[in-house]
Amino acid sequence: MSDYVKMWEDLGMDLETHDALCQVLPTAFGDVYLSQENRPEGMGFWDFVVSEIHGIRPAELIEAQKNGQKVFGTFCVYVPDEVVIAANGIVTGLCGGSQFWVPGGEKVLPKNTCPLIKASVGARLDRTCPFFRIADMYVGETTCDGKKKAYEILAEDVPVHVMDMPQMKRAEDYDKWAHEIEKFAGVVEGLTGNKVTPEKLNEAIKIVNNKRKALKRVYDARKADKLPISGKDALLMMQIAFFDDPVRCAEMCNKLADELDQRIKDGVSVFPEGTKRILLTGTPLAIPNWKLHHIIETSGAAVVCEEMCTGTRYFENLVDETQTTLEGQYKALTDRYMKNNCACFTPNTGRIDDIIRLAKEYKVDGVIDVNLKFCSIYDTEGFFVERALKEAGIPVLGIETDYTDSDAEQLKTRIEAFVEMLG
Amino acid sequence: MCFAEAHPGEDTSSGVLALKKEEMYYIGVDIGSTSAKTAVLDENKNILDLFVQPTGWSSVDTAEAIGKKLRDKGFPPEEGRTVSTGYGRVAVPFSDKTVTEITCHAKGASAIFGTDELMVIDIGGQDTKVILIENGFVKDFVMNDKCSAGTGRFLEVMAGTLALRPDELCTLAASGGNTSISSLCTVFAESEVISLIGKGEKKENIAFGVVDSIVRKVAVQATRMLSPEKSVVLTGGLCECDYICDALGKELKTEVKTDPRARYAGAIGAAILAM
Repeated sequence: MSDYVKMWEDLGMDLETHDALCQVLPTAFGDVYLSQENRPEGMGFWDFVVSEIHGIRPAELIEAQKNGQKVFGTFCVYVPDEVVIAANGIVTGLCGGSQFWVPGGEKVLPKNTCPLIKASVGARLDRTCPFFRIADMYVGETTCDGKKKAYEILAEDVPVHVMDMPQMKRAEDYDKWAHEIEKFAGVVEGLTGNKVTPEKLNEAIKIVNNKRKALKRVYDARKADKLPISGKDALLMMQIAFFDDPVRCAEMCNKLADELDQRIKDGVSVFPEGTKRILLTGTPLAIPNWKLHHIIETSGAAVVCEEMCTGTRYFENLVDETQTTLEGQYKALTDRYMKNNCACFTPNTGRIDDIIRLAKEYKVDGVIDVNLKFCSIYDTEGFFVERALKEAGIPVLGIETDYTDSDAEQLKTRIEAFVEMLG
Repeated sequence: MCFAEAHPGEDTSSGVLALKKEEMYYIGVDIGSTSAKTAVLDENKNILDLFVQPTGWSSVDTAEAIGKKLRDKGFPPEEGRTVSTGYGRVAVPFSDKTVTEITCHAKGASAIFGTDELMVIDIGGQDTKVILIENGFVKDFVMNDKCSAGTGRFLEVMAGTLALRPDELCTLAASGGNTSISSLCTVFAESEVISLIGKGEKKENIAFGVVDSIVRKVAVQATRMLSPEKSVVLTGGLCECDYICDALGKELKTEVKTDPRARYAGAIGAAILAM
């Protein structure tokens, strides 16, 4: 990634520290990804993106900024990309998924904050991630207490707009979220200088819907008895979807899905017959957090689905494309986004229904409920998740972990034991 | 299942006599964090030999020492079948297969206690496991493997502070009372014990507090899986201490059984899985 040094310098990055990160990533990626056999050829695109992760897309974004476009950094699947795209803005995900950034976050945050928040704040304050430097504005949301307060800290360093998320799903909460989306549109218009019109918004809705459909096609291929793609590869596609241009993302995912469909026809599988099928549910796995997938897929099992923000919550449910007024479109967006079932809502029984449904659709042998350390809402909801699964006769293993490798061996024992338990 | 004639011990040589030359034998090696347990069974699941040794600092060296001991005893691993388990399971060069300690403990406990319906509490050196067994198979399990609270290591450290051996501490605890150690962290609990010593608290009362802390921590884990139709058994290094069994039984409001062979549950299970 040496060609980008000048760009990183211009972004005001801490080059020395950033170099250390650039050095470890290829080894980690090689061990976890390139060691897999018989991967779909289509994964070549994502391998390439990872090899240039802090170079190629950041360079595109900077080019776009030179042409007057604005970049909005987001942390949550509730923030409607459509509104930004309608104003000719660009959305990029910003969630940190590496232990590398955690100590930086701990300088200002309590230790008992979840690693995702610590890594995200650390990546910004330590100036070691180009995406965090490029974004003209961060868009936060009130999903959890840790994030709410972290946005206040980030706001001292970068412009932040926080969307006030409802925490319940009553009629008035839908109205409130529609209002928040409308307000957000105003903020986006202010920064970009472009008007959000019904025509533009309709176009944007179609772009993001197409991306959702494409991601879903790849997921659907994982329902096959003979798995044409590993969980790790599907996760990588999903993680990078948050950073890529939505049109290109859809194109690449569709290409991959075509190849997977052909593999299913040909009976090509990346796992031996009898490999146990696992559904992962819980907190998101931001790039480059591949830890659990790697442990599971080297313990005689395969991850076939993620009921996570970096998973089904990102692409399930489409936005109604038939609305012709902004009011109708904001309502349509609200209806789609409020269908997401995050543990920040009370009650959140929809998520339990989703998990049971997905467990059947993907024909899973067992579910692993994973919780990022100190995420109290998902941790507490685990009580209902595990009870419901046991009642449905689906084996479940609860795991709490962070970004470090210190518990890798213990996790391996637990996961191997769980796989042995599945028979 | 014929377990009656077996006597666990440091060195049993009767196994050699019990085995006819052409008979197959099965070896289970359980390399735990503190001690390494080995079991040799014949094809009828009769115990031919059981032995234990400290794991020491190298699982590889320990595994080699076990291999040598097995050869000396007339059970060369090359001629039998071996399953290894425990955290050092991958370090056993003569192992035919590795299986996790959860599955092995379940198999071993079912064999030792002669039932396929039970809940196993295993207090190990560095972790505590609760395993629910249904029809002889693992149905569910929980593990505390991130914190030393409620583990054998916790007891060892406290025993060291009180200048006692772990088994002495357990025995002494039975005659103590009215003291509680509130810190779950071993390091902080040690400071607590030191300040109790400083205050002149009786040794048996401190021992009581230490055991009580372990029992309460383990019971919280176990309560989630408790069911009236399952017997509760204790395995692992602390199973030889009657007082821990009694105290656990009191906390869980049910009888907690154990057996002298229960510390070999993982190794016995591994040997059965080698069949």
